Amino acid sequence: MSSTKHFMEISQEIIASEYHKKIKDAFEVFDHEANNTVDVREIGTIIRSLGCCPSEGELHDLIAEVEEEEPTGYIRFEKFLPVMTEVLLERRYRPIPEDTLLRAFEVLDPSKRGFLTKEELIKYMTEEGEPFSQEEMEEMLSAAIDPESNSIHYKDYIAMMVVDDS
Amino acid sequence: MGCGTSCSTKDRKSEKVFISHGSAALKAALIIQNWYRGYSARLKARQRYALTIFQSIEYADEQGQLQLSKFFSFMLENYTHIHEKDPELVARLFGSTLQDCKDRQEYVSCIDVPDSYNGPRLQFPLTFTDIDILLEAFKQQQILHAHYVLEVLFETKKVLKQMPNFTHVKTSPSKEITICGDLHGKLDDLFLIFYKNGLPSGSNSYIFNGDFVDRGKHSMEILMILFVSFLVYPNDLHLNRGNHEDFMMNLRYGFTKEILHKYKMHGKKILQILEDVYTWLPIGTIIDNEILIIHGGISESTDLNLLHRIERNKMKSVLMPPIPLDEDHDTDLKTKVGATIIPREVKTNGSLSEQLTKHEWEQVINILWSDPRGKRGCYPNKSRGGGCYFGPDITSKVLNKYQLKMLIRSHECKPEGYEICHGGKVVTVFSASNYYEEGSNRGAYIKLCCDMTPRFFQYQVTRTTCSRPLYQRVNAIESSAIRILKERMISRKTALIRAFQLQDHSKSGKLSMAQWAFSMENILGLDLPWRSLSSHLVTTDKNGNINYMSSFQDIHIQKPVKEAQSTLIETLYRYRSDLQIIFNVIDTDHSGLISMEEFRAMWKLFSSHYSIPIDDFQVDELAERMDLNKDGSIDFNEFLKAFYVVHKLDKLSKSDSNLP
Repeated sequence: MSSTKHFMEISQEIIASEYHKKIKDAFEVFDHEANNTVDVREIGTIIRSLGCCPSEGELHDLIAEVEEEEPTGYIRFEKFLPVMTEVLLERRYRPIPEDTLLRAFEVLDPSKRGFLTKEELIKYMTEEGEPFSQEEMEEMLSAAIDPESNSIHYKDYIAMMVVDDS
Repeated sequence: MGCGTSCSTKDRKSEKVFISHGSAALKAALIIQNWYRGYSARLKARQRYALTIFQSIEYADEQGQLQLSKFFSFMLENYTHIHEKDPELVARLFGSTLQDCKDRQEYVSCIDVPDSYNGPRLQFPLTFTDIDILLEAFKQQQILHAHYVLEVLFETKKVLKQMPNFTHVKTSPSKEITICGDLHGKLDDLFLIFYKNGLPSGSNSYIFNGDFVDRGKHSMEILMILFVSFLVYPNDLHLNRGNHEDFMMNLRYGFTKEILHKYKMHGKKILQILEDVYTWLPIGTIIDNEILIIHGGISESTDLNLLHRIERNKMKSVLMPPIPLDEDHDTDLKTKVGATIIPREVKTNGSLSEQLTKHEWEQVINILWSDPRGKRGCYPNKSRGGGCYFGPDITSKVLNKYQLKMLIRSHECKPEGYEICHGGKVVTVFSASNYYEEGSNRGAYIKLCCDMTPRFFQYQVTRTTCSRPLYQRVNAIESSAIRILKERMISRKTALIRAFQLQDHSKSGKLSMAQWAFSMENILGLDLPWRSLSSHLVTTDKNGNINYMSSFQDIHIQKPVKEAQSTLIETLYRYRSDLQIIFNVIDTDHSGLISMEEFRAMWKLFSSHYSIPIDDFQVDELAERMDLNKDGSIDFNEFLKAFYVVHKLDKLSKSDSNLP
């Protein structure tokens, strides 16, 4: 029915327009010189702050889409907006659900001790997957490690982080 | 996908759990890393949002401050109409508070330092030992006696008077110079700088680029250390005036309060002399004829030659622009005012020649208040309400005009303590770490030498020995920022509710996100990411619509008097900082009291200028209730303190932390 289709189109426009504003807000907070550009190194933070969870590889591809033909180190808002709007409309890079996260920790802890040692965590995070930088590793450790046992009790950790993030 | 083979599932007695790196572990690691990066990014974004809130409100406050200057002009123009009985009122406001100012001998000699005084004792002429004595004493939380404070201030003024508007400095291969930005009373940062970089001396030069005072709790200590160091090494320690080296700014931003608190007996004297010392601070420094160091920035009309020539000490305060000199006004003023107004230095007629011209005044304002931006051109600085925003083209134009290579300025808090912009031609350096809140930003200083590239040094003072994890710090900054934002909202509650209701045609108590954000931005005048902040400020229903009244549920302004109307309370709360300044200015003998008549006159003027529709009668009533001992005078500090915001969810209801 054409009126339904019309209605859906308008709703889509309204949604897109709200997304535009949301994206603009997030972008502006990092736009230090108020000239509609941000440092390319902040793009990952901006995209993730909008609720998306691309992997590093996916992020790399996104950046390539929004960069200038001759990369300047800056990303312009005019290029970022349409790409990011699509990402939000298509609901790409959905965040990890809590139980998936828990299962991931459990895979790394097959004997089901309920924790990972500091060394184990460091090894996995810095040697597997898309390795952490030293800074990222230190940051994670500072909040995750229980100083008395020098280990991370992942169930508690996840519960704490999820509350904080919501 | 299969599980990697593992010995541990079979052998639980193994001491070492060994998991071979199969694809399951890889995927698990990817999931955790992905999740963590998302979480960490959101934390950083929250931190950035919080800083944006702090900064917007800070600038909006400054804007309020500058608008106050228009009020003073308005007052001057209208004073004969409002209060014929008290022609001295305006004279007091604009005239000399040093009318009965004795010279130094009288001031200093009539203050004795008792034998029982355990604080630092200075010996004039000052030497480097006095710097050490002061540093040691301040580390032990001691307070310098008013006698010494006044001696230092008088000496400093004497030496500063000899200095030109711009100090010209040369570096050499063996002599670097260190440049520090805003300190804002954060003594720990100064200690840290001296610890890392060494004390000032003949071979270790420093430039302090303004804003030594206000906001932090140790403005006096910083000022004393800087002034004493300056007196010991006048050619190696350079001080530039910042926009907070201004007695009117100090009234709002805390330094006046600090002085009156630490120096209960002699604070007023100190304030009087300080007003004067500020005006003698140089406008800027120029290094090797190449690098310009000023506090704020420039405008497209910046005329360094003019700035070299003006009589800088006539710039009393940003809130006291030159009285307009149009024809009728001039004669009018001169007859009424010329005889009674006694401007700061000269006691005779011709009072109006004791001020800068409007053009000169604006030149100085631009130097002290402007901010660089990426956009080309020069625009009025609408966040602060004074100075301008200048673009890279303006920087190039002005630097080229005077054959300069770089501009180093301060005035803006930067997360990393410094920031380079305009293609490397403008550098911002800010030396107060944790400026808004613990963990909010680093501080930095710059070392320069000859033709070498500037080197940047960063630091962050932490109160606790081990710093807290990032998420705790961000939580702290965030809740602090949200708190002051809520207090802002409640001070405009009536206007906000009216705006919401106008859009709420069905009277449902709900608005769409877009409608809510629109009103918030419009009424509060703050350019913030409202959509992202909404979850902290309001509740939403399951359809994503905003329950706009929910912001006001857990917060209210404490009513000092039960019967007072809420709109009156709200208005008084909102303007409390302005009122405090005005009252302080009227209260020239700093007694803390003003008469009922003065209060009424001031309130009438204020409400008419700001178009505040509050019944005079209500204000009168309120004032009479505040006059607790019924002697016809109001302790205005008590009056204003009575208005504060209660956050219901707090265990302790703390008053607005920004109240000076």
